[in-house]
This record gives sequence, C-alpha cells and structure tokens, in this order.
Amino acid sequence: MHRPPFFIPTLCLCALLSLLIGCAKKTTNVEYGNANQELFIGIGAEPATLDPHLLTGLTEYSVVMAFLEGLTTLDAESMRVRPGVAQSWEISEDGLTYTFHFNPKAKWSNGDPVTPEDFLFSFERILTPLLGAPYAYMLYPMRGAEAFHTGELTDFSKVGATAIDEYTLQIVLEQPTPYFLSLLAHNTWFPVHPPTILQHGGMTERISKWTKAGNYIGNGPFVLEDWRLNNRVYAVKSQHYHDTDSVKLNGIHFLPIDIETEERAFRTGHLHITESVPIHRIEWYRENSPETIHFATSLGVYYYMLNTEREPLNDPRVRKALAYSINREELTKHVLKAGQQPAYHFTPPNAGGYNAEARFPYDPDLARELLAEAGFPAGKDFPAFELLYNTSESHRTIAVAIQQMWKQELGIDIELHNQEWKAYLSTREAGEFDILRAAWFGDYDDPNTFLSLGETNNGNNHTNWSNAEYDALIKQAAVTLDPEARKAIFQKAETLLIDEMPVIPIYFYVTSRLIDDSVQGWYPSILDNHPYQAIELIGNE
Amino acid sequence: MFNLIARRLLQAIPTLWVVATATFLLLRLAPGGPFDDEKPLAPEIKEQIEAHYGLNLPLHEQYFAFLGNLLKGDFGPSYKYPGWDVQEIIAQAFPVSLELGLWGLLIALSVGIPIGTLAAIKHNTSTETGLMGFAMVGICLPSFVIGPILLLIFSLTLNWFNPLGWSYASDRVLPAVTLGLLYAAYIARLARSGMLDVLRHDYIRTARAKGLAERAVVIRHALRTALYPVVAYLGPAAAGLISGSFVVETIFFIPGLGPFFVNAALNRDYQMVMGTVLFYAVLIILFNLIVDIIQMWMNPRARHD
Repeated sequence: MHRPPFFIPTLCLCALLSLLIGCAKKTTNVEYGNANQELFIGIGAEPATLDPHLLTGLTEYSVVMAFLEGLTTLDAESMRVRPGVAQSWEISEDGLTYTFHFNPKAKWSNGDPVTPEDFLFSFERILTPLLGAPYAYMLYPMRGAEAFHTGELTDFSKVGATAIDEYTLQIVLEQPTPYFLSLLAHNTWFPVHPPTILQHGGMTERISKWTKAGNYIGNGPFVLEDWRLNNRVYAVKSQHYHDTDSVKLNGIHFLPIDIETEERAFRTGHLHITESVPIHRIEWYRENSPETIHFATSLGVYYYMLNTEREPLNDPRVRKALAYSINREELTKHVLKAGQQPAYHFTPPNAGGYNAEARFPYDPDLARELLAEAGFPAGKDFPAFELLYNTSESHRTIAVAIQQMWKQELGIDIELHNQEWKAYLSTREAGEFDILRAAWFGDYDDPNTFLSLGETNNGNNHTNWSNAEYDALIKQAAVTLDPEARKAIFQKAETLLIDEMPVIPIYFYVTSRLIDDSVQGWYPSILDNHPYQAIELIGNE
Repeated sequence: MFNLIARRLLQAIPTLWVVATATFLLLRLAPGGPFDDEKPLAPEIKEQIEAHYGLNLPLHEQYFAFLGNLLKGDFGPSYKYPGWDVQEIIAQAFPVSLELGLWGLLIALSVGIPIGTLAAIKHNTSTETGLMGFAMVGICLPSFVIGPILLLIFSLTLNWFNPLGWSYASDRVLPAVTLGLLYAAYIARLARSGMLDVLRHDYIRTARAKGLAERAVVIRHALRTALYPVVAYLGPAAAGLISGSFVVETIFFIPGLGPFFVNAALNRDYQMVMGTVLFYAVLIILFNLIVDIIQMWMNPRARHD
C-alpha cells in the first residue's frame, strides 16, 4: 500500500511559504503616494473619537483638522491667524465684540452652506452640560458660556453669540482676550453639521454614530472615506471645500502604528511622516540621515510636582535644593538625546511670544547650603520619601538619573515608585505622593495656559501650594489688555513661582519625526499643528 | 455525544456567570476610572458622563443592569471609543485575529508534531538533543524577540515580505510564523513525550513483531494515541491563538483584537474589558468542547465516559 510521506504537511507548508515569497508589494506606500498625492502619516495611536467636541488628545486633533475648519485657521509656517470659515472680521475698540463675515463659498461636504446658525448650534452643543464635553471650558471667554455650561444659565440665547444675518456672526466676550482669534482654530470651536448630529441621536448624545465613515459631514479640506480601528483613517479631498484649489493632496492615510513598527515602516518606504522616533534610533538618523529627522520645540514642560504639605517638602529651601541640584544639561544631552531644552523656569520658551526672564540656577553648592539651612546638612536625617511616576521606560530612566544626582550632590536617598497610568492618576488626584512626575502641554499659544496651573483652585494644581499674591497676578493678567503689560505680569508670576518652587521644571519637550524628503509644506510647529492644505508631495521619479 | 454537548453547554452558564461577576468586581476595585485623564475633568462634567453610562448608580444596580444587557447579548458602547459598540469592535477585529491564529495554528502543528515525533523515534541520539534544543529555544524566545529578528532578516534585509500590514497574502507569513513558533515548541515537547510513552506499549511491540515497517508503526498505530496530550493542549492554545496577540499584532501592525484586550484594561474601559473577557471565555469553552469531541473520536474508551 502506498502511503504519503511522513512530512507531507510540512512540505506543503514550505511550498506555500516559498510561493508567497516575493509577492510583497512591489511599489511602496511612499512611491504610490507620491504618484497619486496621497500622504501616509503615522499617528501613534488609534484616535478615540473624531467628534471635535469630545476629543481630548493631539492624535485626534491632528486627524479632525483634516475634516473640520473653524472661523479662523493658523498659517502652516508662521502660525499666525488666517481666515477660515470667516473671511474677515472686525473687533470693537473695547476688545469685547468680534464680528465675523463668512466666506460665501464655505460649504459642508454634502454641499450645504456653512452658516452662523451652524456655529450657534455647535457652541450650544459643546456647552450643554449633558454632553459632558471635557474641554468645554475653552469657550469660557465667550460671554455667558461658563454660566450656561455650569447650568446657571439655561437660555442659550443669552450667551454672547448671535447670528446677525446669513453671513455674519457676532461673538461678545466676558472680557478682552488677546488670544481669542487663535483660540477659534481649536477643535472645541469647530462647527458640526446640525442635521447630521440630530439624525444620529440628537444634540447631546455622546454615543452617537455620526463620526462613522459614511455619516461624517465636515467642512474641512478633506472628507472621511474610511475608518477601520487599528488599521487606518482614510481622508480624501473634499469637492466642496471653499479653497479646494489650494489643496494639493488627494488623500491622507492616518495610520495608528506603534513607535518601533513605525520606524521600520518609514525605513522601508511605507510612511511619509512618523509620529515619533524611538530614542535608540535618534543617534543613527542624526549621523546617517540628518535630512530625514526633524525636531521641533513643542509647547510642553516635563516637571516634578512636589506635595508642599508634607515634611520636609513644605520648606521652600528644601524644594529649591532639590531643583538646583539636578544637572539638566547632562540629562538632556546624554539621556534624552532628542535636543530637549533644559528647563530653568516653568513656561516653555516663546509661548505666545512670551519668554520667561526668571531663571533658577544649576548650583549644587547653593543647593547643599540651602539644605543645611533647612536643617539637613549633607542630607543628614533627611526623611525617606518617594518619587512616583507612571510606568514607562523613559520616565524610569530620568527618575534613576535624578535619584543618582540627589544622592551624589545632596546625600539624599529617595525611593522610586511606579504605577500604571490610571492608578497613577488616581493617586495624584488623592494627593497621596511626595514627588510626582508630571507634564503639561499648552492648550493654546499663551503663557496663561501654563502659569494658571499654579492658581490655588486650578484643578490641575495637586501641590497644595497656595499663594494669594500669585493668584492675584494671574487674575490681573486676565483683564489686562495691553500685551506688553500683560507679559510683565506673567514675568512677575513666573519669578514668584520659581522662588517658591512648588514644581521642579526639568525640560521642555521637543517632537521628533522622520519625514520623507518628498514632503513639502510641513513646518516645525510649537503646537504641533500642521495644516494639510499646505502639504504637497514632490516625488523624485 | 449529544449528552456531552448538552451537559457542557449547561456547565458553561455558571462558568460564564462567575467569570462575568469576577471581572465586574475586579474592574471596580482597580484604582482609577475610565474617565480619569491627564487633564482631569471638572467634577460636574465627570458626573454627567458617569450618569450617561449609569456609573452613578449603586454598584448592585450597575451589576444587574450589566447582567440584563448581557442576557440580551449587548455589551454596550466602549467608553474609550464613543461611537463604537463593543460588539462592533469585536466583529471588526476578530476575523483578522481568527485568520492569523489559524495560520499560526497550522504552522504550530506542522512544525511541532513532526519535530516531536522524530525526536521520540530518535530517542537518546544527537538528533533528539538537537530538535529538543531547538524547541527549548522556541519556548524561551518571546515573540517580541522573534518578530523583529524575522523582520530584520526577511523583510528589511532580503526584502521578501512587507514589514507591516495585512493587505497581501504574503503579509500573513511572518506574523503567522512568529505566532506559530512558540506554540510549535510546546507541541513538539508534548508530541515527543506522548510518542515516547506510546512506543513502550505492548501493542506497538506486537506491531513491530508482525514485521511492519517502522514508519507504518509510528504513523498508523502510535501517532493517534501519542497526540492525545497535544490535542488536550490545543483547546486553550487555539482559543489563545485566534483571539489575537498583542505583541504580534502590534509589531506587524495588524488590525486584530489583541491590542484591544490589553488597552481596554489599561484604559479602564469597563465595557470593552467585559466584552473581550467574556468573548475569550466563550472561545475557551467552545474549544475545550471541540477537543473533548475529538478526543472521544481518538480514544474509544472515552466514548463511554
């Protein structure tokens, strides 16, 4: 009897595998993209939502700005305010009333005109408490917005937004807000298409299906063609966008790829732009391919938060000693390596044109003196305390380096402790920490988004630090119209902050990306804001 | 046969209930909630959102509401991805993981069984040592090591395969091999010990005494019994393989279910965790049932159990 050879299944499999070899795609994504003006861009993680009023992350924002446009937009290169849905505007002399004139060509992706009424609907939607929009406070500069959002005011017509006619929208502010026009380019101020929202569960339905491909109606340069989880969000050029001629790209593939995979994808020509660069690859690109690696300072600060209620951190001298004894140059050069800037004050450079003048030193001698004054000469009898960070390799590396510096310079032993993200958040909220790793990214391009963190009742101030003078300065800045006078107030606040040192700034963030040389019109941006209208792909045939 | 299936399905009900209840309670005990974030929500906003999902109700009411929905087959909306229902996410991602898992299973079996069998036949020779050493390496090397190594060789250097994606038939090869090798190593060890055990039995000696060729002895007489432990292992293994691997799917950028399992827990996406855990539990129960049926077919003695 003839029997099949013993290893037949294995042989079949080998044959099958060898058949598949070489069936790999012959053209890469980049080649295909350059020939068809389709951009392949890594976004790091799956966007949680494409609803402009519910999203909270930069990932989501970077996708949604392809689909929606606010009253104003930001210039890709200079980040100056440019017309969006509004083609022009007037500001009253007291700085309180803004009158916006709509571009008559502004259309939704189904051809409907974009009207002032649509904006009113959108403002009402995000401010209605029932929707639970996390960032609704971004609309608070508008008169009555806060009252409506907190339920004190229930009649939306009392809120300071009015449709004057079918092309004119007027917004009245609580108080002059110098950065108001750039705020309008933020996703919380984006319009949504009322009939679509109403058709999918109503104005305040969170769990709405309107964000799905096929349902999504936007007014931006692109429309949502396809959205598959952990796979891609695919945007194609809108035919109804008011400035459609200026849009060069025919499509954008947003790919939620993990950082290591992303780098491999870039290396093999499957991505035009990565979301980030793994630390261990930065050196290699710097040396071998400097034209593809791009760094941009971003509006973010990495810092340690001190619990100023606990001994000995309740003593400003101890807090300063800890801050002054960290060698930030060493940390950024040899540990972080991506060109991060050492932070000797809290507000990142050039936030809304503001550069902090206050500086604290790197001075281990002074630090030792301060510590001795506080009663701990050479770290003697210094109580044990803990540094808490959310579990991550890079936070651990930094914490270990700083632990070492404090040990060497001050003779202080600290314990490192890590918790996974949600547990870390809940510990922070409960204030059950000594020192805690934290970071803050600006919501808008202005020092206020950083310095208001030090206010006593700011929801993000977990340091228990409270200073009446500081609170008064921040309040004063909010009502100061003259930009220079306002900056001067922020300078005072910053000086006070680093003199009290409830937080220890460590470094200012940079973003690092790999960008294929076919990509034109991508500029470094402090808010990591890159309008897709400006991008064009120039392939080398 | 029908008795067995009916009995198993009945047993599945309390099992699933225990799994559901334990998961529900463990989730509520974990620190942090689904709506905690870097920038904390204003308390009144958080209340609104929690009310929206019924999280403001007393725990027992939440529990009964959850069980009620479960009976209707409704896992509810994801907290992390508003706009997506849990069953919608599973329906979109599971077919991909299923396909990847089946390829991985095929590789695991077609590599593992021959290696294990061969090692048993060549017992106490250098062939056995070599093969089992290979299997040991397979067990020790995690997929986040094997995956990038395979990628480096076959994709980045030889350019035979795409480094990521799930669009072409060839995109299945590297992930399936990465996934399959680990299981192949286990299967090889099980197959070897099963075969060694069987080869000592009297009926094998009888077969040999009848003058049968060694190949016939092994394949026709020994293999079926020798694979008994392998089949027992296949139940949970297959459920694990087809429900998605976080590591493999992340390395190769495959839109499967794996990352959702892990991220749902990290995000405290209660609904998504319940959905994925119960889905996995059902898969395990189902595959164990299939394994029992196969074992009955393989071993006539079990049929009267």
